[in-house]
Amino acid sequence: MNKSDIIITGVGGQGVILASDIIGEAALAVGYDVKKTDTLGMAQRGGSVLSHVRIGPQVSSPLIKEGTADILLAFEKLEAARCSHYLRPGAIAIVNNYARPPLSVNLGIEQYPSDGEILAILKRRTDRIYFIEGINWAERLGNMRMLNIFMLGCASVFLPLKVGTWQACINQHISVSVQQSNIAAFKQGRKEIRNVSL
Amino acid sequence: MEIIKLLSGNEALALGAYHAGVSVATAYPGTPSTEILESLARFKDIYAEWSTNEKVAMEVALGAAYAGARSMASMKHVGLNVASDPFVAASMTGVNGGLVVVCADDPGIFSSQNEQDNRHYARLAKVPVLEPGDSQESYDIMAYAFDISETFDTPVLVRTTTRISHAKSVVKVNKGRIKATRPLGFRYDVAKYVMLPVNARPRHVFVEARLLKLAAYAEDFPLNRQEWGEHRLGIVTSGVAYQYAREVFPNASFLKLTMTYPLPENLIRRFAARVDKVIVIEELDPFLQESIQAMGIKASGKEFIPRVGELTPGIVEKAARAAGLIGGTVAEQAETVPNLPKRPPLLCAGCPHSGIFFVLSSLGHRLVLSDKEGKTAKEPAFTITGDIGCYTLAAYPPLRAMDTTACMGAGIGQALGMEKAGVSNKVVAVIGDSTFLHSGITPLANAVYNEGKITVIILDNRTTAMTGHQEHPGTGISAQGKETRAIDLEQVVRGLGVNDVKVINAFNIKALRSAVRSSLDNPEISVIIVRGACAVRLTAHHEARIIDTEKCNQCTLCLQIGCPAIQSGNSGVYIDSALCVGDACTICQQICPRQAIGPQSESKATRA
Repeated sequence: MNKSDIIITGVGGQGVILASDIIGEAALAVGYDVKKTDTLGMAQRGGSVLSHVRIGPQVSSPLIKEGTADILLAFEKLEAARCSHYLRPGAIAIVNNYARPPLSVNLGIEQYPSDGEILAILKRRTDRIYFIEGINWAERLGNMRMLNIFMLGCASVFLPLKVGTWQACINQHISVSVQQSNIAAFKQGRKEIRNVSL
Repeated sequence: MEIIKLLSGNEALALGAYHAGVSVATAYPGTPSTEILESLARFKDIYAEWSTNEKVAMEVALGAAYAGARSMASMKHVGLNVASDPFVAASMTGVNGGLVVVCADDPGIFSSQNEQDNRHYARLAKVPVLEPGDSQESYDIMAYAFDISETFDTPVLVRTTTRISHAKSVVKVNKGRIKATRPLGFRYDVAKYVMLPVNARPRHVFVEARLLKLAAYAEDFPLNRQEWGEHRLGIVTSGVAYQYAREVFPNASFLKLTMTYPLPENLIRRFAARVDKVIVIEELDPFLQESIQAMGIKASGKEFIPRVGELTPGIVEKAARAAGLIGGTVAEQAETVPNLPKRPPLLCAGCPHSGIFFVLSSLGHRLVLSDKEGKTAKEPAFTITGDIGCYTLAAYPPLRAMDTTACMGAGIGQALGMEKAGVSNKVVAVIGDSTFLHSGITPLANAVYNEGKITVIILDNRTTAMTGHQEHPGTGISAQGKETRAIDLEQVVRGLGVNDVKVINAFNIKALRSAVRSSLDNPEISVIIVRGACAVRLTAHHEARIIDTEKCNQCTLCLQIGCPAIQSGNSGVYIDSALCVGDACTICQQICPRQAIGPQSESKATRA
């Protein structure tokens, strides 16, 4: 039984916490020890959201130590860069190729980093970087709110859990009316990550 | 039967309390404690309430305990400041049914105005404090807490932190709900319950004797645990710091304390005698370390472990390496990336606070005065004393419409103080509806009584928004979803003697502007109630606004609202239709000098 330390990040409202809850529950269902914690400052007001999920035979700290995370799952590019220091060398970074400029950028006080800068920041830690067109896919799948489950599908191929376990956990966490479409989004994510070249 | 669950510390505390037979639970919402009462309120066979504030929560729980029920009050760390008077009083009278007070500290200040170590309250009030280290302990601890409370006739403080309350971990749920053993009913006992000086003096003697008995109990308390490894290093620790220390020192010996006041002196002495060196690892203040040192035991900790901010495994490791406690090579550089644009939380698109703060900002010359660095050329036209809630975010650019924020309810008293100190301009106090009911009524009564001339703006969004939309006395719905009596803010304010009271729609800029102007001109005290529902509660968005690029001259005034839906791209200012709440707001449309903003349908019609 191996350990996996996963950092999930995004902007308030993108569904980071639901995604991290599902990973935790799925790992628990197959007998892993699990700890997870969210750092979200003053809750759901469009700020940065950061979730630590740790699974393994035995987990002590709920927080992942900088430089040791195995997977970064980022729903927004700037937040990916912000969390890159958590990654161990050679970790996997899955980044939604989407920029949401913070207000300070809109007001001209600060500058949003260029794609090149973001790539360079991530490359300081790892070369295994997957940029995913998550917004396009969520739109194509019919609902922006499925972005998190689609991205979760991308990450799932790197985690030691079976598809059936994932599906059961996703169904437990979302209402019946949107279960089918979310499972489709999850499967599309699993397919998409395999099509993306590094 | 045993069930395995992934629970947050708060959920585990609630379930533990329920299984321990709690029957009255009270709280005022406050991050990171809110979910404790939210979880308890789901059990329909107990009574759970949102109280108007933490002091009242404590008093209701204390009354229930006097009457023989197992009761509990939960709050954030600063909530215990508010409730400190009845908390200390409860220590004097003791209880009957068990009384457990849960307070959740916020090291790192994720959502608070300060960081403070509430273990000091245990020493101040002379009551025991228990600190869980994960969700399992949070669940287990509650049964002990109620038993200790009843056995020793004392309130028990359970102290968690953000990283305990909000972290999820695996819990073996192995109990069912126990029935209360104490008979219900208040037993007449003046010497115990009426703290006249003649009764309080002997009670203080009782309290001191109780502390000694509790210290003896702590020696064998099952959750004070020794874990033996190498004897070179002995680590004394508590709470989540234990988890970090476990990772950084996998081979050391541990004394993991769960009851951290009063301390088990003999246990600590025995542990210290068997190790070469004692290190204390704790978050915030050297609460354990100083007590251990006072026993004459050589111990270090805060010489290298920070006393400011939240600990993390990385911080503990770095400190341990700097102190020479661990060797090895320095882990590969994993420094944070500097100079990335920050992303602080914002008022939401469609927030009912945006309009009034835009008006205060523009009338107060705060918009035009500020340059890109956020400096203002001269002083704003009037001072705005603020309070605790989502609306505190109005202090950020571009609105910059809040000058003070100290604690719940402070803004109104501060405004009067500034006026009495002789500031030349009118002072405006801004406070939310839940905060006003929490602790804004008494300072308003004070301002009326002392002939203040301040303007008080009550932002009535019909909920306690910042902590996740809890009900309060103004909404008339209880914590358990029952319809009760709603308090009418306008009547309260008039009843206190304020004659100039206006109730204004939060989304009508013209009305807001004229209300603020007229209040500023009034030489007497005035109150404006700004009413509009919280945008997060809107279920449907109709007709997102768009900007007509032909009419727009890029003046960027709309960006000064600070609405997250209004963004600036390469081709100019635009509105994100996924975020805009449309008809429910229209503030940007109302302020646009060139009438360039309107609903999508009209815009298309014009173009056609």
